[in-house]
Amino acid sequence: MVIRIDSLNRKLFRDLWRIKGQALAISAVVACGIALMISSFGTVTVLEESMNAFYDRTRFADVFASLKRAPDSLKEDIERIPGVSVAETRIIAAVNLDLPNMAEPATGQLLSLPERGTPLLNDVVMLSGRYPSAQRPNEVAVTDAFANAHKLSVGDSFKAIINGNKRSLEIVGLGMTAEYIYALGPGSLMPDDRQFGVMWMGRQALAAAFDLDGAFNNVTISLQLGASEEEVIRRLDTLLEPYGGVGAYAREDQLSNFFLNNEITQLRTSGAIFPPVFLLVAAFLLNVVVSRIVATEREQIGLLKAFGYNDLEVGWIYLKLVLILVVAGLAMGMALGSWMGGGMITMYTTYYKFPLLDLGIDPGVLTSAAIVSLIAGLVGGLGAVRQAVKLSPAVAMAPPVPTSYKTGALSRFFSQFTISQPTRMIFRHVTRFPVRASLTTIGVAFSVALMIMSLFFLDSVERVIDVYFFQAERQTLTVSFVEPRPATVEQEIQHLPGVIQTQPTRSVAVRLRNQHLSDRKSIIGIVPGADLNRLLDSDQKTIEPPPGGLALSKHIAQDLDLKLGDMVTVEVLQERRPVEEIKIVRLVEEYLGFQAYMHIDAVNRLMREGPTVTGIHVMVDSHHADDLYATLKDTPGVAGIAQQTATLASFRETMDNTMNVMIGFYVALASLIAFGVAYNAARIALSERSRALASLRVLGFTREEVTYILLGELGILTLVSLPVGCVLGYSMALAMSPMLATDLYNFPFVIENSTYGWSVVVVCISAAFCGLITRRRVFGLDLVTALKTRE
Amino acid sequence: MPDGMQDGTRLTETFRAEGITKVYETGGLRVEALRGVDLTLYEGELVVLLGPSGSGKSTLLNILGGLDLPTAGQLFFKDLELNACSPHDLTIYRRDHVGFVFQFYNLIPSLTARENVALVTEIAEDPMAADEALEMVGLEHRLDHFPSQLSGGEQQRVAIARAIAKRPDVLLCDEPTGALDSKTGVVVLEALDRANLELGTTTALITHNAGIKDMSERVIRFADGQIISVEENPHKKAPEELTW
Repeated sequence: MVIRIDSLNRKLFRDLWRIKGQALAISAVVACGIALMISSFGTVTVLEESMNAFYDRTRFADVFASLKRAPDSLKEDIERIPGVSVAETRIIAAVNLDLPNMAEPATGQLLSLPERGTPLLNDVVMLSGRYPSAQRPNEVAVTDAFANAHKLSVGDSFKAIINGNKRSLEIVGLGMTAEYIYALGPGSLMPDDRQFGVMWMGRQALAAAFDLDGAFNNVTISLQLGASEEEVIRRLDTLLEPYGGVGAYAREDQLSNFFLNNEITQLRTSGAIFPPVFLLVAAFLLNVVVSRIVATEREQIGLLKAFGYNDLEVGWIYLKLVLILVVAGLAMGMALGSWMGGGMITMYTTYYKFPLLDLGIDPGVLTSAAIVSLIAGLVGGLGAVRQAVKLSPAVAMAPPVPTSYKTGALSRFFSQFTISQPTRMIFRHVTRFPVRASLTTIGVAFSVALMIMSLFFLDSVERVIDVYFFQAERQTLTVSFVEPRPATVEQEIQHLPGVIQTQPTRSVAVRLRNQHLSDRKSIIGIVPGADLNRLLDSDQKTIEPPPGGLALSKHIAQDLDLKLGDMVTVEVLQERRPVEEIKIVRLVEEYLGFQAYMHIDAVNRLMREGPTVTGIHVMVDSHHADDLYATLKDTPGVAGIAQQTATLASFRETMDNTMNVMIGFYVALASLIAFGVAYNAARIALSERSRALASLRVLGFTREEVTYILLGELGILTLVSLPVGCVLGYSMALAMSPMLATDLYNFPFVIENSTYGWSVVVVCISAAFCGLITRRRVFGLDLVTALKTRE
Repeated sequence: MPDGMQDGTRLTETFRAEGITKVYETGGLRVEALRGVDLTLYEGELVVLLGPSGSGKSTLLNILGGLDLPTAGQLFFKDLELNACSPHDLTIYRRDHVGFVFQFYNLIPSLTARENVALVTEIAEDPMAADEALEMVGLEHRLDHFPSQLSGGEQQRVAIARAIAKRPDVLLCDEPTGALDSKTGVVVLEALDRANLELGTTTALITHNAGIKDMSERVIRFADGQIISVEENPHKKAPEELTW
């Protein structure tokens, strides 16, 4: 069979081939936008669906509550709360671990498994081995993440200090749980599978170890459909209050779930911010290129119409061109997006420990990607296509009149100076086509802005690291205790080997309430003159703890609709559970982990207790660190040791693995946009002016002089776009900074000078590269045709 | 009158071409545009090249103007062997010695008449003032007009002013009146004639228009890439006397 391609289509393909470089640039920009969209939303879908599937499969609870100790019989009362579907009691205990390959102590979270059968809620998915036997007190199952981090497997043993006794525990199974998808240790900022491990033990064994026979210290609940979560929590709190309940909370406040959802939200935000930028640029490029094609082909258009092709048929040729470029971009974007999405999901599996589904092709995401890119294509291309449709054959076939120029105000201004005619040509051309010049400028400026917006993340994170790790939290480690201790414990710690300096801290779980708004937080008690763990104002100056009243994180104040001087209801969720109205005397700007702060004495007064601490910040002499770790490992009552260096290291590692990859990608995209815009501008200038430039060569101008005329304009526009881009980038980052803030952290608005510098340099390199390519074409100009051909 | 002699004095040669051939090979197709052309042009003379399309006259003009190199043969501009020049040398040659006038004017639309001329005077060694060149073609009142504000004839006269402003040794004109009506064409030819007379520029003019040959000193006829005749014109006419 002979495939018949009609002549118009043949013309279309040849036109496409002729502009292949520009076509590729446009399709690539479309592809980037689509790829970002597909990978972000595709990953969001995978995360959400995997999360929901995993939650369903493991029967993840709806409400969680911890308490000191309650008799098993209380379970029936809990089950009788209206709305409760299933209630399961258990024992949770923090233990210190002594691992052979680690000098520093690690923390373990021991969870009890029911004596018979599998857990009704928060089931453990066993990946290998089995559930520990209820009868064997030394058997545990651990998360496979923890096992992998320590190269442990089923059958291996490790030591733990359980309620003061060092015991050897044998691993009989490796599992996963919805409760610790994002496994944060006490006081940690980032999951660290070396420092923190989740493990399961038979209920009886655990009860025996912690003197909780016939009792429980944790309960989880699943709700009936339509039950009021708030009401269940309220009743549960009342029920648990006499047993040392520290306030029940809903799934949305469950730490791991909270982080996971935060990540999903953030991914969705960036998926919504970036793709439109790319598609806008693509639309702009399409408009410029197709307009130019229509302009150069006006005689052909006239001819086609004179032959009897109607307006629609002629318009369709150019519309097809637009569609081909968009569809090619869409296809490339889908491939690229799937690949990137796959990479993102692999990345997530290192931080979020749960079975992730494969990145499937989500028809919803694909359809919206297709629609969005087609809209961008039509927005960009339709104007140009309309020009082709509007041309009347008679007008189209007459030679175009020379572009008219005027001496505008700007020219008159420049005429004061002695400038060469080539330079004059550059300025006249820029001012003659102000719209096009501005669009090119904006296009290049956009890429500068995109670079700044991407690099701004790094600046922001560096600021967070600097403020948090080097100015606010300067301790080497923080020892936290299972139970509040008398303040004298600080002296004991001071005498441990390697301890240089100490600072006590007192943390109390509270619910802060402003009328109907409430938030579960901690009040941190600080000592005056603190040198290790300091409270800072927005200028990083130390704030002394207010003698009375509360210093509140601005973020919480906003959430609770509170302002300086307001009274906030503080409901303490532990011990005697006092409720007090406390005045907000200070608002604190914080980047990480938003809290409320008081003078440590004020906290103790609030708790109706004498000098009490829940933790000690310690600065350690690194030469004696191992001795200290060895001592702390064997110290009973120590709930956890949070090490700043390890936290910082894992924070940095996370940033390297996640953010830097994304930022590298955005930088590449920004360069691509700069290149695409500049290359299109240069190619169009070349096609419009090749005859003039060839004439100049005939008149005796050298290749370099002619190149100067062509690329001088690009140079000027790039130069103008740099400051514009910096301002645009500044504004975009400023606008984005609050959009990216989550309940966990703020991205402070900081742009370092180096960020502007790098953005400008990368964009200049990109533009210069395209200049070089164009220069080759100028060198190849055919001088002879310039003599004969008409424009 | 024998070649090279006028009133008994030996004339200075501007161009001497010997056995010039030019072969274009495109896509397996071999086109012999010039097939052994011998020709000498003398200082200050005005010659008209006549011939049908594809006869090789434009190819020769391009080679004379340093836009193209011959495939074989020797070409001298005074003592400069053009066929041995590098592209850069040819650029310098064009810059210093050649003025071009094109059929479609090839003015820079973003520059005024004066600026279009200044474009060339800025890079020439001993140019006349742009205003002066425009005055020679009778455009002293249109100095600050852009090409789009000028008629076709005026645009071509700007092109001539641009070509002569550097006081070139040779003026090469390819169909300078091709896009103009006869009345306007005469005005353009007058400008060329005046430049030839006042500056003593060797002028070669391609035309399809046999009527124009009467203003030349010699008429060179082309066919099939060869010169078929060289005709002296003892009764040179002024452009206003021409009709076509």
